[in-house]
Amino acid sequence: MEIPYTVKPRPDTGVYNAKIGIWLFLASEIMLFGALFSSYIILRITAPEGSWLEGVLNVPIGFVNTLVLIASSVTIVMAWASLKMNNYKAFQGYMVFTVLCALTFLCIKSVEYNDKFHHYEMWTNAESNNRFTGHFDKSWLAEQKSAYKAKVAQLNADHQKALSSWSQSDKSTPAPVAPKFPEITFFTLTTTEIRNLAAFLGTDSVVFEKEAKHAYKYHGMPGEDTHASNDHAAAGAEDHASSTSAHDDHSHHESLTIPVSEIKRTSAFIPSHSTYFAIYFTLTGLHALHVFGGACVLAYFVICNRKMWKNEPDRLANRIEVGGLFWHFVDLVWIFLFPVLYLL
Amino acid sequence: MAHDTTHASEADHAHHDHHDHHDHHELNFWQKYIFSSDHKVIGIQYGIVSLLFLLLGFLLMSCMRWQLAYPGQPLPLIGNFINDLYGGENGVMTPEIYNMFGAMHGNIMVFLAIVPLGFAAFGNYIVPLQIGAPDMAFPRLNMASFWAFFIGAILIFGSMFIPGGPAQAGWTSYSPLASSIPTNGQAYWLIGLVILIASSLLGAVNFIATIIQLRAPGMTWMRMPFFCWAQFVTAFLLLLAFPPLQVAGLMQLFDIVFDSSFFLPSGLIVGGQPADISGGGSPVLWQHLFWFLAHPEVYVLILPAIGMICEIISNNTRRPLWGYKTLVFAVLTLGFLSFIVWAHHMYLTGMGTVISTFFQTTTMIISIPSVIILTCVLLSLWGGSIRFNTPMLFALAFLPMFGIGGLTGLPLGFSYSDLYLHDTYYVIAHFHYIVAPGTIFAFFAGIYFWFPKATGRYMSDYWGRVHFWLSLLFMNLIFMPMFLQGLNGMHRRMVDGGANYASPVGPEGGVIGLLSEYIELNQTISIAAWCLGLAQIPFIINFFYSITHGKKVHSDNPWKATTLDWQTPTPPPHGNFTHPVEVFRGPYEYSSPESDDDFVPQNAKPSPSHQPAVAKK
Amino acid sequence: MSDHDHDIKSHIRTYMIIGAALFIGTILTVAVSYVDFGSHAINIAVGLIIATVKASLVALFFMHLIDEKTAIYLLLSCAFFFFVGLMGLTIWADQNPPNKTQNLQHAPMVEVTVDSQHPSSASDSHPEPVHH
Ligand code: HEM
Ligand SMILES: [Cu+2]
Repeated sequence: MEIPYTVKPRPDTGVYNAKIGIWLFLASEIMLFGALFSSYIILRITAPEGSWLEGVLNVPIGFVNTLVLIASSVTIVMAWASLKMNNYKAFQGYMVFTVLCALTFLCIKSVEYNDKFHHYEMWTNAESNNRFTGHFDKSWLAEQKSAYKAKVAQLNADHQKALSSWSQSDKSTPAPVAPKFPEITFFTLTTTEIRNLAAFLGTDSVVFEKEAKHAYKYHGMPGEDTHASNDHAAAGAEDHASSTSAHDDHSHHESLTIPVSEIKRTSAFIPSHSTYFAIYFTLTGLHALHVFGGACVLAYFVICNRKMWKNEPDRLANRIEVGGLFWHFVDLVWIFLFPVLYLL
Repeated sequence: MAHDTTHASEADHAHHDHHDHHDHHELNFWQKYIFSSDHKVIGIQYGIVSLLFLLLGFLLMSCMRWQLAYPGQPLPLIGNFINDLYGGENGVMTPEIYNMFGAMHGNIMVFLAIVPLGFAAFGNYIVPLQIGAPDMAFPRLNMASFWAFFIGAILIFGSMFIPGGPAQAGWTSYSPLASSIPTNGQAYWLIGLVILIASSLLGAVNFIATIIQLRAPGMTWMRMPFFCWAQFVTAFLLLLAFPPLQVAGLMQLFDIVFDSSFFLPSGLIVGGQPADISGGGSPVLWQHLFWFLAHPEVYVLILPAIGMICEIISNNTRRPLWGYKTLVFAVLTLGFLSFIVWAHHMYLTGMGTVISTFFQTTTMIISIPSVIILTCVLLSLWGGSIRFNTPMLFALAFLPMFGIGGLTGLPLGFSYSDLYLHDTYYVIAHFHYIVAPGTIFAFFAGIYFWFPKATGRYMSDYWGRVHFWLSLLFMNLIFMPMFLQGLNGMHRRMVDGGANYASPVGPEGGVIGLLSEYIELNQTISIAAWCLGLAQIPFIINFFYSITHGKKVHSDNPWKATTLDWQTPTPPPHGNFTHPVEVFRGPYEYSSPESDDDFVPQNAKPSPSHQPAVAKK
Repeated sequence: MSDHDHDIKSHIRTYMIIGAALFIGTILTVAVSYVDFGSHAINIAVGLIIATVKASLVALFFMHLIDEKTAIYLLLSCAFFFFVGLMGLTIWADQNPPNKTQNLQHAPMVEVTVDSQHPSSASDSHPEPVHH
């Protein structure tokens, strides 16, 4: 049994099977990302006044990533053209470059993600200036972590000891209960975790590195300096002292010691922080998954399909064309994601 | 000559199993029956799994019907078992259990029973045969699709046995309710759903590519059997409507797992406490994304059924389908329009008059192609000399059932009448008339009809008739009274079957609650539902008995059908056709003067003397 | 064969030009985001228009949509139509609230009663039961 038109196009439709297949798949992808973009719009226009974040993301990083993807889009189509011109060496080169671009993109993206997980917004009970961003002081955090670990280990050891002496006793007293301590991951700290940690260790304040410049603005926030809303360079207008170099994110920090009782809420830049970050992670995460999947398939094509080039060169060219179509689509989605999430 | 393929294949029929082993490399048991990439095996796999889920969905409902008929009384037989699983005591079904079973009944029936049975099982088995293809365009993708379905199904069904039980928020899973219930069932359901959607996307891509690319020479679009058209449109609906639900499912999953607030508004209060969320989401967004899928989904539930009905009716009236081209055009229009009517499920979410008018209008417009389809099929009966065999009985019963379901939908399409009918048993009765006596009858018809092709044996006609008449009776006894209950204001999803509402006399003396006679109808309905279950026993026995002991067919084309699926050996081997097929004519050349035998198969070469008659079609 | 090669060679030139255009477009996207065109809406529109142009270049030239078969055009127009339907109608539905002065969707106050004993009372939107 042989399935017709796997390589040669069917005369009346003019395409081979896989090409129809990939376009059908892309049509469903249009609906997938279309639904996500629609959700983005609805969430944004129905967001309560002042709750939608803008200009939070690192534009240079997004910019570089855009260029990386575009470059890979050029090289994948060049890989296909090289195959068509019977130049297998060039094909390999372009493919490898494409896959490397994909990996670069993913690396950059994961650095960016990681940064968000440790970037906090802090609300305090203060009268003014009660809402700012930054991150927990690194050495303070490390101290807390080792203190926490030591105390947990200590409690567990005590418990073991009590337990063994109890099991040797006549067991007339009730068995010693297991020690209770709060579960803390030290990855992304929630408000509750911070309170629990402070109670557990008996510390009464946290050390927070406040970003001197306003890291971001709320769209349409009452009382916000609206002139600056599209001017990243002047984003620090409220804090004149440090508004000189806005792109230099980490150079101007103000170390604050905040009493735990003063903390109203803190949240890292994760989905539970705001609907903006929720949709940001959903959109970019799904896109990154596509990049990853595409990279795997392309890598497979260049690593494992050498024999096919000898036996069925047309089939390999078709594969690259189909893989390329998917890759371009991934690029196309990012072309929209970049301005929508980073700039507008 | 018209039958040369038939004879040829009959001749080597006895040996073809043997041949198979020589022609192809040997396949072991696993490759042949479990991880097979043959569309027929995959179709049967889908069929078996989805029939099991159909039974399961029904059993869940049977338990619920006990609670509705005799609220608060211990459930016989399995009462203690479900208490052990989900809590509660004395074998009584708690409200939570009722909600779980209700949600799972809906989910299982829609996503794990009807869609896979109609689209994936029948579609897989029949479409490549009918268009004269050796297999699907992407056989391995086809296998992947089945196994993805299987994993998703296991996740959804398995969630019935996790601590806390399965999802409880109805098959619609409206947020914020769905994400506020503190058990894990909803998350399991969502993950399962996302996998199921991936599976059906693979399936849809495969079907469309197959129909576009693998039609046999001469099988032009307008010579395609109507069933293939119906599957083609269905595949498009799945392809383009399912991704938004996949997105919505992921978003709701994130709401549950990562505490995001996509569908959770600011100021949400859960269980008397302000919810610990950032808020700012939109509950209505969930409904938009959900119904964007779920309206096309109802056409996914019904179109394959209509396709089968058309094949069976044309075959058993021995007449061409009336208005084949009109039917094709109608089904395309239907598919197209089904994407822009979804918000008629959302009139009560607070919608402006302009947008509401838009959706009311499109809803009324979409009823036109549906009526056209039904009319064409009814007219096909006109003047036919009908063969009343079991498949035909089911096919004929489908028509009025579908008609009742469709017509009672019109009042739900107008916002002013929907205000009153929304979320009542009227809605339940309306859509069950479409999916239960409608679609399920069509599937029964299909099973009785194609069984001889798949097994080489007939199912018993006598027991088929018993099955038919009992099913017809009890189906109507179940769902007809629900219209009355609904019209009298009985709400759906009520654990006590409306007893809460029983208050014949209000403070001012007028009747404000449900009259007890409508509540008592619950018992009639429940008894009918259990009888319906019993009425399936003849079918189940007949099915398994006939596989090995049924009457043998004497030809590859026992129903004397014209379409290509009957011009193959029985059962069709891997690769389907023993000779290359070519198509010369339309799909329904019955009562053709060209042949002594009253029908001409699509692959019969036109005889020179009848050239003009052939050119006509 | 040389004809075919020539064809591909001219393709390659196109790819390079499009690639360059995309690079420039990206720079432009970032640049205009620092410019205020008068209103937030216009700023967003400008950004989206540039993105759309870039995306069209990718689709037309890299994905060869400028010269494709009818089947694929048909398919894509379906997907595009439904995408526009989904986005347009949801936004429209949001922008057309039942009562313009009292926009319920913008001031949501939803209460879900999930009570661990009786979650069934969470059933959506039913009137108060009447007891007797
Ligand atoms: C043939 C036997 C069937 C019976 C007796 C039956 C009965 C019922 C009843 C009484 C309800 C309402 C429960 C309530 O609101 O509390 C219901 C709900 C439902 N049924 Fe069925 N049904 C049957 C078959 C089907 C089939 C074949 C489908 C396939 C689509 C289906 C889909 C649904 C759905 C989606 C709901 C709504 C669940 C919800 O409230 O979320 N049912 N069924
Ligand atoms: Cu609908």
